[in-house]
Formats: sequence, structure tokens, C-alpha cells
Amino acid sequence: MSTATQQSSPPSPRERLALLLGRASRAIARRLGRSGGTAIPGLVAGALAPSLIERLALQPGHGVATVTGTNGKTTTTHLLAAILRAGGVDPLTNPSGSNLERGLIAAYSGSVDGRGLVPRADARAGVFEVDEAALARLMPRLRPRLAVFLNLFRDQLDRYGEVDSVAEGWARALEEVQTPPTLVLNADDPSIAQLAEHARGARVVTFGVDDDAVALTHADHASDARFCGCGSRFTYEAIYMGHVGRWHCPTCGRTRPVPDVSARRIELREDGSTVHVAIGHGAEQQTFQFELPLAGLYSAYNALAAAAAAYALGLDVVTIASALAEAGPAFGRQERFEVAGRRVRLLLAKNPAGLNEVLRVLTVAAPPLTVLAMLNDGVQDGQDVSWIYDADLEMLAGTGATIVCSGDRADDLALRFSLAGCPPVSVIPQTERALDAALARTPPGGRLDVVATYTAMMDVRSALARRAGVGAYWEASK
Amino acid sequence: MTNDEQAQPSSTQHARRSIRVVTLYDDVMNVYADRGNVIALRARAAEHGVDVEVTSVSLGDPLPDDTDLVLIGGGQDREQRRIAEDLAAHGPRLRAWADENVAMLAICGGYQLFGQSYRDGTGAELPGAGVFDVTTVAPGPGWARCIGDVIATAVVPGVGELAGFENHGGRTYLGPGARPFAMVDYGYGNNGDDGTEGAQRNEAIGTYLHGSLLPKNPALLDHLIAAALRHREGPDSEPLASIGAPYAERAHAAAVQVAKRRSRRWSRTS
Repeated sequence: MSTATQQSSPPSPRERLALLLGRASRAIARRLGRSGGTAIPGLVAGALAPSLIERLALQPGHGVATVTGTNGKTTTTHLLAAILRAGGVDPLTNPSGSNLERGLIAAYSGSVDGRGLVPRADARAGVFEVDEAALARLMPRLRPRLAVFLNLFRDQLDRYGEVDSVAEGWARALEEVQTPPTLVLNADDPSIAQLAEHARGARVVTFGVDDDAVALTHADHASDARFCGCGSRFTYEAIYMGHVGRWHCPTCGRTRPVPDVSARRIELREDGSTVHVAIGHGAEQQTFQFELPLAGLYSAYNALAAAAAAYALGLDVVTIASALAEAGPAFGRQERFEVAGRRVRLLLAKNPAGLNEVLRVLTVAAPPLTVLAMLNDGVQDGQDVSWIYDADLEMLAGTGATIVCSGDRADDLALRFSLAGCPPVSVIPQTERALDAALARTPPGGRLDVVATYTAMMDVRSALARRAGVGAYWEASK
Repeated sequence: MTNDEQAQPSSTQHARRSIRVVTLYDDVMNVYADRGNVIALRARAAEHGVDVEVTSVSLGDPLPDDTDLVLIGGGQDREQRRIAEDLAAHGPRLRAWADENVAMLAICGGYQLFGQSYRDGTGAELPGAGVFDVTTVAPGPGWARCIGDVIATAVVPGVGELAGFENHGGRTYLGPGARPFAMVDYGYGNNGDDGTEGAQRNEAIGTYLHGSLLPKNPALLDHLIAAALRHREGPDSEPLASIGAPYAERAHAAAVQVAKRRSRRWSRTS
């Protein structure tokens, strides 16, 4: 991995003070016990010294990589950081998914020394997940050398506004940035692949899936980019999820790029998958396979994205494959707990496309299936719970799944499951009581799958961690 | 035993009832989960012993000769631009259907385009189908979208309290030929200014409410099914039996609690 040539000067006294106060506020937040202080230090420091983000982004000798998209940011960031670590580069990252400006500053302020400098900065790389709506503003300030774009689905329309405005913001940011980053793009998502048109001169590395065996037999309802920029409807040779697949426009000729990093075969299993990959083209093509300990096609996509980013940064396939096989789950994303003699798996689902993928993971498992489904309606979850009607909960009908509904909007979820033909056995808004009921419904030695929106996941995770004797999230995540 | 059988809804004794439903542009106007309305309609109609025949009509497709119920959902500006002319060309037929008491439910972006016209956030003027005498203007940058939980009281008798979620930039104003579908108790409604929510013309309803709307408003759902049956069977159509909807009623009550907690109680702003 080559070293970036950017130079940095030490922070000003004001910036050092801001970092110091930021760290103090984190200590206080953790002492109070409710929060990991993954955002507060950034809020404090960023308010005192707004230039901090530019200053700090210049420090890592290997530059900054960003990861954005609707789904998979945290896991992809986690996997890319693991690959870099295996390749001898110390990643500086925001592991708890705090992905706004304040989260990035907090990640920095947690790793600087008394002079406000990142120790051993020459050997480090920033690897940051960035909120999809915040990326346009942050790109000119972070000046990443590499930017990963995963996918774009409908998500929390009450918060982000319309899907189109997110894509337009990305395109504008890429057109305006002085030196465009190397783009790592999902070839299979037309709204992502088309970003290459907006970054002239940028190096582009694409990733995608070329395996008809994992294609859907009929399209998901939650499909958000079915029309080309020219106005025609895309034609699909294969659809893998939502509007993601092997697409082309019959009118203007826009077509899915041939992926530089291609999954030729994906063997999906209950607890993970084997992914056979070809990297590069022609005589220079290399093939390898890796064992991914995360279930579902969406996890394979995240791993491909991390592999493509690492490949673009010059890491070798042996390092990539072994790091992916050894990386555990990211926070709240397929984490596993042993509670009361049951194996509990925690799956975050916060929008229709994500929930559809999680439901597919559940239905791969052998029966009996026991599910604790949790729907909250906080700002971070989306205050509008309509989105559960865009997900295909009908996938669980006929599986004999035992379902317990919980969360602030447990009643909305129970109604949705009943309309899908799989009414819940109980509806219990309170987290602890619902967890008790779901564990009681799970056979000893069996597995309970907990599917939860963001704040519900945070709640139930701390209950699971306490019962399983695992540390709080800022201790558990590396 | 015989008594029990006689107590069953008449549908088990007579020929099975059915309604014809047209869904408009459900592959385009589908980003705000309004397909929940179709899911709930199918499930509830089945409980009433009513078959539902759905015809999906999208860009370039002709309308069928007749129908009992028309559904259209919401979409973003992009999707509205895509369908506006195609939909406006169906305007005469849709207006005739509304006059013949065909039941309709047009949500959000679909409601806006069932009006006379819609000027979107970019200033583009989109033609409407003219089913409702309403006009919509998106005031553009600098104006907040109307986003949040809504409670409203339906004007039509028997439907009562409605719970939903609105998310729209456009402000809709009723013309002299329109009457509101509901009056806002919490939230914004048509424009946040006059307390009206949606519009109606005979059995056709336009509204801003997602949620999805029909799953958690079973009284409105039954109202639409009954209206569609009246169109199909004529004025002697037998009323629907009263059947409980426990999941829907609990979800409705939960949504009402949430709206009262975090939406503004409606009051005139000007």
C-alpha cells in the first residue's frame, strides 16, 4: 500500500483544546453509563474548532477511505479495516456506526496524543463509514483517496427525504471535488454504477455478482432504480435483491460494467458462505475463494466491496481472503450471544431492502424458526413505520415460524405479520419481557433470531450482552 | 347448528361476491409503502367473503372498461413527472367513473395528480386527472416538507378517526367544487393552514395519509369495500357484516397515541 503524499501540520492550540475537551466529555458520558460517547466528543470538539475534520483527515499517512450506501456501511468498514490490519496498516475507524461528522471527529479525538497528533500516523489509514446524506458535505473536507459506494435503497424517507436527492448529492460532490478519489462501485446497482459518469478521470474499481444460482425468481417489491436516466425501464438478466442485478438499458445502451471483482459462485449456508472470486481481467486475472462467517447474500456483497477496496489499495488476495475469513461480525450485525442455553443471533434491519435480506437469511435455516421482531419509531429508526409494508414479510408465511413482536410499535408489526399470513404468538412492547418470552419459546440448545431496528437493536443488545456476560458496546467493538 | 349456519354472512349462501380493482402505476408510484393498502384490502375482503380481482395498469396501458375500485399510491417528484401525462390522458374516464360512484383511494403523490394540476418543487407544472377540484403547489426550497403523524376525523359518516403518516412538500388547496375528506386533529393535512385533509367526490377519496393507511384504519377499509360492492351489485347490495379487526384496532390505537405525543395539535397558522 503506497503512502499518500499529503502533509499535515500540527493542530493549533484552539484545536488541541477542542480535542481535549472532546475526550473529557467522552469520559463523562461513559462514567454516566448510558452512552459509549461515540458522538459526544465530536459534537463538543467540532463546535469549538470547526476546522478539525480537515486537519485530522490529513494525518493518516495512507490517506482516508470512505464507505457509504444505504445498507452495509458498518460491516464493510469493519471488514476493510480487518483486511488493512492484516496487511500491516493500522486502521483509524469509527467502529460503532457513528457516521456523521461528529462521529468521525470522535474517532480521531479518541486516538490523538497530547499534541493533537495521531501517533504513528505514517502507518495508518482512515477507514470511515459516512452517512449517505452527509457524504456530499464531507467529501471536500475529508478528501478521501478512495470512496466505496455500496447501494442506494429507500430508507427513512421522513429523515432523508427522497431517494433521488441522495444520489444527486453524491454526483454533485464527485463533480466538484478537486481530486476525485478512486471509486469502488457496486456494478450491480444502477444508481451506484452510474456514479462513474460524474467523476471524470477517476480510477474506478467495480464489484458485482455473476452467479445465477443466487438470483431471485421474482423481483422484490422494494425496488428503487428501475428506470434509467434516459427514462426507459432497465432490463435485468438476473436480479439479486431489490433493483440490484445484471442490468442494462434497452434504449440508451447504458449497461452494467463488467465487474473488476466478481463473485463467480456463492454458496450460501445458514451461518455463512463460501465466495469464489475473480479479480482483474484477461491474463492478469486472479481467482481465489474465501469463507465468510456472515450469513446472507448481502454480507457477501459487503465482503466483495471490502475486497475490491483493498485490491484497489494494493493489498494481495491472500491477505484479503484470510482477513475476511477471520473477521467476526460488526456491532449488532449478526452478532451471536449464548443466553440461557440458547444461541441468540442479533440482526439489524432498518429498511425494506435490508429486512428482505435478513428474512432470506432466516429462511435458509432449518426449522424450527423462532424470531423476536422489534420495531421502534425513533428518529434513528425512522418515525414513519410504513416501510414494513414495503418489505416482503410474506416470506415467513408457511415456515411455521414462532414470532414474538416487540418495540415501541409492536402493534404495527403484529398487524403486518398477521396480514403476511404469520401472526405472532405474542406482542410485548417491553424489551426485557419480550426477550424472556422469546427465549422461553426457543427450544433449549436452539436458536433465537432477534431482528430489530436501530434503537431497538441497541436496547436488546445491551440486554443480551448483560445476560451473556459480554461487555458494553464500546468495550466489545475493536 | 342450523342457527349458526343462518347466522353466517349471506355470502356463504348466495353466489360468492367479488369486486374489480384497478391499481394505477403500482410499479412506479410505490416508494411510500402504499402497497400495504392492497395487502390489507385483499385480506379484509377475504374475511368478508369477497373476491378481489386486481388489474394492474401502468404506463401506456389502457384502462379496463369498468371497475369498482381504483387505487393509486404516492411517489417522488421523479415518479410523478414520469406518470403525469399518461394519467391525465385517463382523466375523462376517471372523472366519469367518479360520477358513477366507483370507489377510489388516491394517496399523496397520486392524490396530487388526481387534482387539477401540480406545480412541483422545480416549478414544473404537471397536468392532473381532474377527479378532484384541488390544486397543489410545492413552494420549493426554503419551505419545510409536511412530515409527521396525523390524526384526522373523516367527514363521511361511519369512518371516524383516521391515523396515518404524511410526508409531502406540496400544499393542496380545495377549489369550489371540492369538499374535504377529513378534518385534521393533529398534523398538517392539505396545507397546514385550513385544517382540511384530502378531498372527496362521491365515493372517490384523495388523501395525504400513508401509514399504510388501510391496514390500521379498518373502518375506512370496510367503507371502501362496501362502496365497491354497491358499485358492483347496485343499490340493493347487502351491507357488510360487522367483523372485528383486533390487530388493526390495536395498531390504530398505538398510532393515535404516538401522534398525540409528537405531532402538533392542529391550529390555524395564519
